[in-house]
Amino acid sequence: MDAIHTFLEVKDLKTRFHTPEGTVYAVNGVSFTLKEGETLAVVGESGCGKSVTMMSILRLISIPPGEIVSGEVTYRDRNLLKLSESEMEHVRGKEVAMIFQDPMTSLNPVLTVGRQLTETLRTHTNMDEEQSRQRAVTLLEWVGIPDAGKRLTDYPHQFSGGMRQRVMIAMALACTPSLLIADEPTTALDVTIQAQIIELVKKLKQDVGMAMIWITHDLGVVAGIADRVIVMYAGFIVEEAEVDDLYDSPLHPYTTALLQALPRADRRRDKNLKSIQGVPPNLLAEPRGCPFAPRCEFVKERCVNENPLLIETENRHKVACWVNVKTGALR
Amino acid sequence: MTPPLQHGTFPLQRWRMLLKRFGWALFTILFVVVLNFFLFRVLPGDPARQGIRDPRLTPETIQAIRVRFGLDKPIINCFESLNPVKVGSCGVNPLDTQFFIYVKNLLKGDLGQSFYYNRPVKDILGERLWNTILLIGAGQILAILIGVVFGLFAAWKARTAIDYAALISGLVAWSLPTFWLAIILLFWGTNHGLPIGGKATPGMSSYPFMQQMGDLLQHLFLPTLAYTIIYMGEYMLIMRSSLLDVLAEDYILAAKAKGLSAFQILKDHALKNSMLPLVTLIAINLGFTVGGAVQIETVFSWPGLGGAIFEAVGRKDYPLLQGGFLLIAISVILANFIADLTYSYLDPRVQAD
Repeated sequence: MDAIHTFLEVKDLKTRFHTPEGTVYAVNGVSFTLKEGETLAVVGESGCGKSVTMMSILRLISIPPGEIVSGEVTYRDRNLLKLSESEMEHVRGKEVAMIFQDPMTSLNPVLTVGRQLTETLRTHTNMDEEQSRQRAVTLLEWVGIPDAGKRLTDYPHQFSGGMRQRVMIAMALACTPSLLIADEPTTALDVTIQAQIIELVKKLKQDVGMAMIWITHDLGVVAGIADRVIVMYAGFIVEEAEVDDLYDSPLHPYTTALLQALPRADRRRDKNLKSIQGVPPNLLAEPRGCPFAPRCEFVKERCVNENPLLIETENRHKVACWVNVKTGALR
Repeated sequence: MTPPLQHGTFPLQRWRMLLKRFGWALFTILFVVVLNFFLFRVLPGDPARQGIRDPRLTPETIQAIRVRFGLDKPIINCFESLNPVKVGSCGVNPLDTQFFIYVKNLLKGDLGQSFYYNRPVKDILGERLWNTILLIGAGQILAILIGVVFGLFAAWKARTAIDYAALISGLVAWSLPTFWLAIILLFWGTNHGLPIGGKATPGMSSYPFMQQMGDLLQHLFLPTLAYTIIYMGEYMLIMRSSLLDVLAEDYILAAKAKGLSAFQILKDHALKNSMLPLVTLIAINLGFTVGGAVQIETVFSWPGLGGAIFEAVGRKDYPLLQGGFLLIAISVILANFIADLTYSYLDPRVQAD
């Protein structure tokens, strides 16, 4: 593996939550790599472990009830899971930043936007108050907030949802991180605002030249933004591919089903959209066999007993499935 | 000049809100003033006969007492008493009615003459109020300090042995009956040579100032301790749960993702938000306890307002009661107004509603 280009490598990450109802197997051995400047989309339905994976990388999981059971997160030759808490504070917000789903609740209501912006700068750089203030104005202008200088003293409730998400983005990019993790940043917004935010993030990514992990459950968003896609199901990665490969020739039955459930402009409209039968598995049970087996139309006996590993089948296209969906035969 | 980032501007909108709240507070006080007057007039019985229960009083003497307290005058114009059947003469000069005299005297700061002490109510309440403020002030400050510190600590160490110990002691302290705790402390104080009643040892006034102060502190110790224990638990529990709620908020996670340290998060992001419920609680407690420390003041014979009102009920000392009620009502209203002010300072979302 090329050490210069692989700047983030996650290996066999396992995260669990110990709740009164039992242990939740949230992330079950996730491995992937990310190159400098690359955009990776992580797709999957709610509760499939997308967010928990990313929060485990930044060690934002509260312990207890959470526990990172095993794994390695190598970021620029450092294992993040082995760093001390204070070393980790220098990574968070400075080198790896994160934006969250709901801009309505992710800003502190009693602090001015300027205060929350400059706070990041003053924590990670040695700017004084005036310098950080100037930088904050630049940041707000950069993310397209009009009259930025005056808005520093405003409180979050004086901003609309889309504007708040812009503020969150400005905050995340304050220290020009080399990796941005975006956890469904458009889910809570109106569709028109969604498009604006996606365009903004794409532009900013170009400006900064950072890598990005974009978590979403919207396959439509993925096509326009990502280089590579990871599909997650029940805490496992079930498929990983270049974005075009994934849309053209999905290899996992779950991905196939997801794509069939998605309305597409290049398809005939007389066919009904297909929904996936059944419900996602209960994460309270220790996983055994393929997690998708109970809902899979290609299910074989082997699927129920043995969990398929994620293997590379074609060039940079990985899938975790016993069955070749094109032929219906076992691999 | 650059505007400060710490606090927002103080917009016109907020001034308008404060003015509105102040207007409501004034209106409420006026309402209480009127209600308070009629409340004591609908009580049955003749105040002139209640004070001196001597059956040998001649009608002339009774009439003289009535004249002395102004009870011979009609209550308001057209009504001799509040009995609607007994319509009085409407020809009475409205300026010569009990209600008008009451309002006029109030404006002059005159709360009337106590039936029992035969002294101005204003003077009696004035002395008592300071004693109560001394006791409640000391007790509240201690209770808030201890409660907040322990509450923060318990929340910070949530779901550990420290937290559970704090939680249980807080619950116990909160649920102790006030009078029971006061009596237990009274026994304990007796065995440890502490003064158990009043606010000064008799004859103390001839001693030097410092000695008088020391004596006062000794007398203050037990009632303050009782008061502190009772309120400390409440503050601790509220602080703990409020901080736990705030720590579970999304913006705390976002602050952590920004690379802030745990201490920075607690100090800059959690504390101000978690103080909001406490401000309300403190205001309510302060308002009510001006008249509400009755149990502690009674057990320790502390010459405070609560004790005065308690005694005035037994003595049917209506002017004193009327003045006391008014004082309590004004305290509650003012405390709420101050809470509004603090709230709008702490939470920028509180604006014109």
